[in-house]
Amino acid sequence: MTPDAIFKLLQEKFGTETVFDFHGDPARDKDPWFQIAPWEIENVCEHLRSEKSLDFDYLECITGVDYPDDKRIVVVYHLYSYGKKHRVVLKAYLEREDPAMPTLVNVWSTANWQERECFDLLGVLFEGHPDLRRLLLPDDWEGHPLRKDYEEKEDYHGIPTIRPNPIELFKITLPSKEASKEAAKEPAKA
Amino acid sequence: MSDVIFTNEMDEEMTLNMGPHHPSTHGVLRFIIQSDGEIIRKAVPDVGYLHRSIEKIGERCTYPGYMPYTDRVDYVAAMFANECWATACEKLMGIEVPKRAQYLRVISCELNRIASHMIAIGAMAMDIGATTPFMWALREREYINDFIEELCGARLTYNYHRIGGVSFDMPKGWADKVKTWVDKFVPLMEEFDRLITYNEIYIQRLANVAIITGKEAKDWGLVGPNLRGSGVKWDLRKDDGYSVYSDFEFAVPVGKGQFGAVGDCWDRFYVRSEECKESGKILQQALAKIDEHPEDDLVGKLPKKIKPEGEAYSRVESARGDMGCYVIGKGAEEPYRCRFRTGSFTAMGIIEAKSPGLFLADLVALIASFDVVAPEIDR
Amino acid sequence: MSSNLNLMAPPKGWDAKYSDDGGSVLSTNTDQVINWMLNWGRANSVWYMLFGLACCAIELMQTGGPRGDLERFGAAPRPSPRSSDLFIIAGTLTYKMGLRVKRLYDQMAEPRFVISMGSCSNCGGLFQYAYSVCKGVDQIIPVDIYVPGCPPRPEALLEGLLKIQDKIKNEKYLQKRYGVG
Ligand code: SF4
Repeated sequence: MTPDAIFKLLQEKFGTETVFDFHGDPARDKDPWFQIAPWEIENVCEHLRSEKSLDFDYLECITGVDYPDDKRIVVVYHLYSYGKKHRVVLKAYLEREDPAMPTLVNVWSTANWQERECFDLLGVLFEGHPDLRRLLLPDDWEGHPLRKDYEEKEDYHGIPTIRPNPIELFKITLPSKEASKEAAKEPAKA
Repeated sequence: MSDVIFTNEMDEEMTLNMGPHHPSTHGVLRFIIQSDGEIIRKAVPDVGYLHRSIEKIGERCTYPGYMPYTDRVDYVAAMFANECWATACEKLMGIEVPKRAQYLRVISCELNRIASHMIAIGAMAMDIGATTPFMWALREREYINDFIEELCGARLTYNYHRIGGVSFDMPKGWADKVKTWVDKFVPLMEEFDRLITYNEIYIQRLANVAIITGKEAKDWGLVGPNLRGSGVKWDLRKDDGYSVYSDFEFAVPVGKGQFGAVGDCWDRFYVRSEECKESGKILQQALAKIDEHPEDDLVGKLPKKIKPEGEAYSRVESARGDMGCYVIGKGAEEPYRCRFRTGSFTAMGIIEAKSPGLFLADLVALIASFDVVAPEIDR
Repeated sequence: MSSNLNLMAPPKGWDAKYSDDGGSVLSTNTDQVINWMLNWGRANSVWYMLFGLACCAIELMQTGGPRGDLERFGAAPRPSPRSSDLFIIAGTLTYKMGLRVKRLYDQMAEPRFVISMGSCSNCGGLFQYAYSVCKGVDQIIPVDIYVPGCPPRPEALLEGLLKIQDKIKNEKYLQKRYGVG
């Protein structure tokens, strides 16, 4: 099934409030995508998975993208069906200040780790997730580094985060003219 | 006194720490294990010891300049990450790749697949206690390293593919050398099978350990050899027909449960060793056919300034399964966001669910049979 | 007798190197022979800890493999820090791992040596702009030999090991350990 057929099917079932905003411009969107209202995503995905004609049994990828200009964080889902061999891309737009949405762990188990990674790096809260801890970074890390405005700390447990440029270390600063004149005089006095 | 010491004797639990520096885990992984004697109650993986912020770095590199970093996404099989990034950019900008370049990509990737499986097979044998196969496997890997070094100048981090093609053509006489090696390699794999794969001790050790059914495998997003080990016949090369793989004839080996249930550790091992032979077949066909295509056609037509807009998701079948790259461009020289979806990452997720009830020593076999590499988990 | 002694004859420049050894209980000549023997033994049995972190670990494995054969220099891999003399740090060191490296280094017994393999562990290398990568192992533990490359070839790592052996051979072990010789 093509993505826009799936889009129409979903829109019929869930209404235009939940499934909307189809993008299929072949020049820009190489994989056509559409929006899902974040708080309805579990129902929609449950339907996508269990409906015989759709049969999406493989959640390929969960990506979080930060758009500070629009004050949004977007979570992108790539789905695939082994049986029917079709693909679809869903997006959920969240508020940047307080990104939260329901988890998909009950639909696809693989969402577990991918959501944890998304929480770790972007700070999206997946409500209902059984074990929402940091995955990649240490537990005492501050901030979410894949956000665009993330700034590095000066040190981590006493390990500095920058290394001085060796070229600058070896650069010889020449003494000023007067200083060198005085230096030249001094041995003469002695 | 004795009852103070031996209270609660039957369900005494202990917490073990395995890793992050441990010779038999693949790269730096850590497990926190709760076990009742030898039997695992729960094993919680702790990853991230090799998190190198490759995705964040991508946001400050140019599109072609990001290529060396993709090598480091999966250093055991770096060609695939190269190809994945290249195909993502090509899809984003709509670039056609010339036929010869695609053949070179197939050849380099299949060589790399064998090299990667050699490490997987050897390391798995070593993890469960056989040291010699590792040396055998490394010996073959060294030959491949030599070939790839002649092709692109690096032994491990290749940086060979380019957006729109590949960087160099084959050197003179290279094809013949590879052909001779492949002719020797396929019988050698059969010898390897006799030594390891169908070895009685080996089968006893691995059969019926950590069984993963096809349904579970799909649910947990296992890909590549791990998925096929569970009996799901699905290979991106066949089912998606990307690149020029439709030109070649090769079989897709799946786990059949010859010595136990379908989807045990032995099946996953078996799929890898069979895949090496299939890659050998593809190599022979590709090397025979490559000269049908003109020589100086290596890079497709690129726009003058690489500043694409839009988004694309590309997939390749890497040595560890379906590898995906999602790239968003915003009309700047740097990508706005790039993301790698890798096979090892999802494979690690299942371990927590699969480990209860395993023996401690079987956990090592389970990790090894997934063939995870740390950078692919952490990126 | 004389032929045996010849085999173990000290290299040239021997006396000059040890002329400042004061406070020895033994005669200078015996010290020198014992010292040389100890160093000779130590230098040819440098057991390294297997500490592969990233891509460079594959090259480390291949150096220990059939073609590089690190073991012909007497360097055998050890799984435990307590029984190893040499710490080969091969690969990218992240902050999460950095604290562990410090602890492993503290667990090693003196005398200990550190080889930093690959540009990542030398200075951060390719990952200068990464938020989670430590910019050089020497910010955490002292390093004896830096092996450059990304990844260094097996030959380069062998050279690094030979440099460590040279370093050991030039040590005044007795004096350091017991205050004599
Ligand atoms: S120096 Fe290069 S090869 Fe070695 S760990 Fe760093 S990136 Fe990998």
